[in-house]
Amino acid sequence: MTTADGPLSLDVLRLDAERATQEITESLRAIVLGAMRRRGAVVALSGGIDSSVCVALCATAFGPERVLALLMPEAESADETLELSRVVAGHYGVETALEDISALLEAAGCYCRRDEAIRQVLPEYGKGWRAKIALPSLLGGDRFRLFAVVAESPDGERREARLTAEAYREVVAATSFKQRTRKMFEYYYADRNHFAVVGTPNRLEYDQGFFVKNGDGAADIKPIAHLYKTQVYQLAEHLGVPETVRSRPPTTDTYALPQSQEEFYFSVPYETMDLCLYAHNCGIAAAAVADAVGLSEEDVERVFNDIETKRRATAYLQMSPQLVQPVPEIER
Amino acid sequence: MKQREAIENDVRRFITENFPLGGSGFELKGSDSFLEVGVIDSVGVLELIEHLESTYDLQIPDADVLPENLDSIDAIARYVSLRLDAGDGSNDNR
Repeated sequence: MTTADGPLSLDVLRLDAERATQEITESLRAIVLGAMRRRGAVVALSGGIDSSVCVALCATAFGPERVLALLMPEAESADETLELSRVVAGHYGVETALEDISALLEAAGCYCRRDEAIRQVLPEYGKGWRAKIALPSLLGGDRFRLFAVVAESPDGERREARLTAEAYREVVAATSFKQRTRKMFEYYYADRNHFAVVGTPNRLEYDQGFFVKNGDGAADIKPIAHLYKTQVYQLAEHLGVPETVRSRPPTTDTYALPQSQEEFYFSVPYETMDLCLYAHNCGIAAAAVADAVGLSEEDVERVFNDIETKRRATAYLQMSPQLVQPVPEIER
Repeated sequence: MKQREAIENDVRRFITENFPLGGSGFELKGSDSFLEVGVIDSVGVLELIEHLESTYDLQIPDADVLPENLDSIDAIARYVSLRLDAGDGSNDNR
């Protein structure tokens, strides 16, 4: 996997999918059944590629009868989320449990706290409106990127406003009720089945801190966190994940207005991000990456810098609870 | 010159109080790039802009939110001074 074989391309991320599946399923069994002494796994299915691959891997590792797929839609989930999740669970023969978390989110104030924060910068935002957070592209120039809220009225009119720090933090904090509520249910089902909870981040998400601490970031095991997104797609094909899931564009499925991962976080398509992250990790110069990803050398440098910025900014999310004095009897 | 120094001191205090530098004894120099040092993230930039807008009674448009204006203590002091000298905003809120 070096450039010595020729120009850099996505070929460097080509997996031996059969071998990767074998390694991951062996590790799943060793860690979950061996080290954790749990009998199987709970996986929250979102209808996306990552969670679908995790269900497939767990069904292979433990047998479908020892995997529980949790379906947890809420009022703002995309229409196809539930349907695709059921297709995947049915395809691998795993049991499902359905928990609509809308009422819990309503009770916690998720929606109203978020909406109130949006109204701080967009007073007309109200009933029937849909919104998302957007971040300008990092490509094409050196500038600070400011978070904005993009909202659509019931008539389809779009408005955009720069967020204040206070409003941004409130929107994110309130919206994170979604991921944290889902995690609560995952551990509920894990406890009652004596299962482990599987986290589903791919390498881009894990490395760049694209998760909610103690929300989707919490798990007992993360079987695909070492795989670039394009490798997850390769594994999906090998494992027979249904085409409808494999062809679905990656989405956050967190805000009412459709939001791609690019516009909220990564700024470039996942194939580009994969190759940039790989090159950055391997110390390959921006000039050697530019042609491969169709960006200017300056833009590749911007992506490299953004990778480091996000690692610094999200280091706190990756930290487990810290002790001020060691407790040597307890292995961490 | 006094105005520039006062702005530099104000911004340094704001950065130090709100963006912990990791307790490593690192001291932010006037010319240090916030982006390169990693002292401020995207939300921090919003906070910095809000601080400057409220302290100096300025409106900072998106078009001005550029590294050459806001990426170091020196750059901010230069930018805010220019805006104040041009008759925008005021120092009264300080």
